Amino acid sequence: MKPQGRTFETMSWPQRFLVLAVLAWFCLLILGPAAALLRRALAPGLGAFVDALTQPDALESLLLTGKITLIVTICNTIFGIAMALVLVRQRFWGHRLMDAMLDMPFAVSPIIAGLMLVILYGPRSSLGGWLDSIGIPIVYHLPGMILAGLFVTLPLVVRSIVPILEEVGSDQEEVASTLGAGPWVTFCRVTFPTIRWGIAYGAAMVVARCLGEFGALLVVSGNVIGRTQTATLYVHEQVESFEPYGAFAMSTVLAGVSFVLLIGLELLQNHIRRRQFADDKNEISIAGPIKPTRRH
Amino acid sequence: MSSTAANRPVRITGLILRYSCLLYIGVVLIFPLTGLVVKAASAGPVRIWAEISNPFAWHAIWLSLTTAVVMVGISVVTGTATAWVLARYEFPGKGLINALVDLPFSVPTIVTGLMLVALFGPTSTLGVVLSGFGLNIIYHQSGIVLALLFVCFPFVVRSVQPVLENLDPAEEEAAATMGAGRWMIFTRVILPALYPAIISGAGLAFSRALGEFGSVVMVAGNRPMSTKTAPLYIYGEVEGFNIEGALAISLVLLSASLLSLVVASRWARGRG
Repeated sequence: MKPQGRTFETMSWPQRFLVLAVLAWFCLLILGPAAALLRRALAPGLGAFVDALTQPDALESLLLTGKITLIVTICNTIFGIAMALVLVRQRFWGHRLMDAMLDMPFAVSPIIAGLMLVILYGPRSSLGGWLDSIGIPIVYHLPGMILAGLFVTLPLVVRSIVPILEEVGSDQEEVASTLGAGPWVTFCRVTFPTIRWGIAYGAAMVVARCLGEFGALLVVSGNVIGRTQTATLYVHEQVESFEPYGAFAMSTVLAGVSFVLLIGLELLQNHIRRRQFADDKNEISIAGPIKPTRRH
Repeated sequence: MSSTAANRPVRITGLILRYSCLLYIGVVLIFPLTGLVVKAASAGPVRIWAEISNPFAWHAIWLSLTTAVVMVGISVVTGTATAWVLARYEFPGKGLINALVDLPFSVPTIVTGLMLVALFGPTSTLGVVLSGFGLNIIYHQSGIVLALLFVCFPFVVRSVQPVLENLDPAEEEAAATMGAGRWMIFTRVILPALYPAIISGAGLAFSRALGEFGSVVMVAGNRPMSTKTAPLYIYGEVEGFNIEGALAISLVLLSASLLSLVVASRWARGRG
């Protein structure tokens, strides 16, 4: 049972002070900086804002960010679903190791993720040299940047589906296969409909994380303007070359997109929880509400 | 229920699925990690230690650890207070704050850095006022702590809030009936129930803070022996083609963040 919340009018003075202190801290730390960015970006007027974003380099970088995000999201969503199914429905030698390894990207700094790829595929490594000679350059090219994106977002889809799969169990899948449905039909008709909101949640997190990835891409890309410069690298380059306005404008776009994604994630999370409570009433599931784990 | 599912003989489609997943994890994750370890082994412990004990590297590691500790200290207090206020009280703007707590997770880190420069930087009004009081934030070590506070804000809140919401009010009522004051109830009844969640959130925040790069690069100014954190140092070494130097500091950073994640998950499991 959730205790009845006190309203501001019925609080004692120390309680009011605590609420105000939390509000003030939140405004200073989170809202203030966001508002300052917005004010800087919009101060010279909407025309200047649009101009800054329609620079060829800016457009080019947005396009590249979109391309990388699209590829990474597709790959990690498909394999995320597969990995979640394998983790929950199969037991095999190395199962626990696979489970533990999947969380590794949370511990690895993005800069170290980039370093790993440079060590493995860089021009000085034998593997990188060989791949280069057969015409598949990795580091300082698109494939390296996609690999970096795949690495940092690997656990996100898996971790948002696994709790749901564990929760619903495999009874319905077994019924389907007893009735003669093949694995593919069982997945499409039984498993997918139960996990689709979890998949959407995980995929949205991959998009958010991938759009904003900076450290790993900085190391791997070599930051070639117009070829390997993503939107976040563009922001960095504009600041470094003392053109802060371009950086403010591009940052506002990135912040806007991530804000929309955040709202989408909140809605998805509420949806998943509501479904869960509806199920609880129908006595289909036994355990507590499912909440996708949210870690970055 | 799930144990019968797990013990069922796996069909050929299941095997194909399993091995394609393992191959994918191998290519994306294991292969680069192994590359790092092999490179470290071939450089040898003497070389690695020489790189770590270099005073510039040592200062960078020390700075990362201390700024992360300071941030976690502040974040534990403010995060618990935020979770408390969100779980217990109703006030105008609560819905907005509850939705925006996760904002630092979705905003790109480089944008975070730029936002902080826009508000606290030397060219902003607030920055000028603060430096009038002798408080220089951006391009100083306090700027690094500020960036880490922003980036790690959700960890403690999101780990403490559900525990507070599920806390049984009967215990508090019992303590109040027996004459315990509000402060005593907080320290003796509520806080012990929150410890595991607080430590778990703090561990996650610490691990994240050690590796934070994008926001710190914007606010730190990147001065060696002053505001150059370990990730900035690693980047500098990669740029200067000193891969062994980058590698050595990476190993230190990686072990520290793994350790704090393990501590965090131990405590989280103890809670469940």
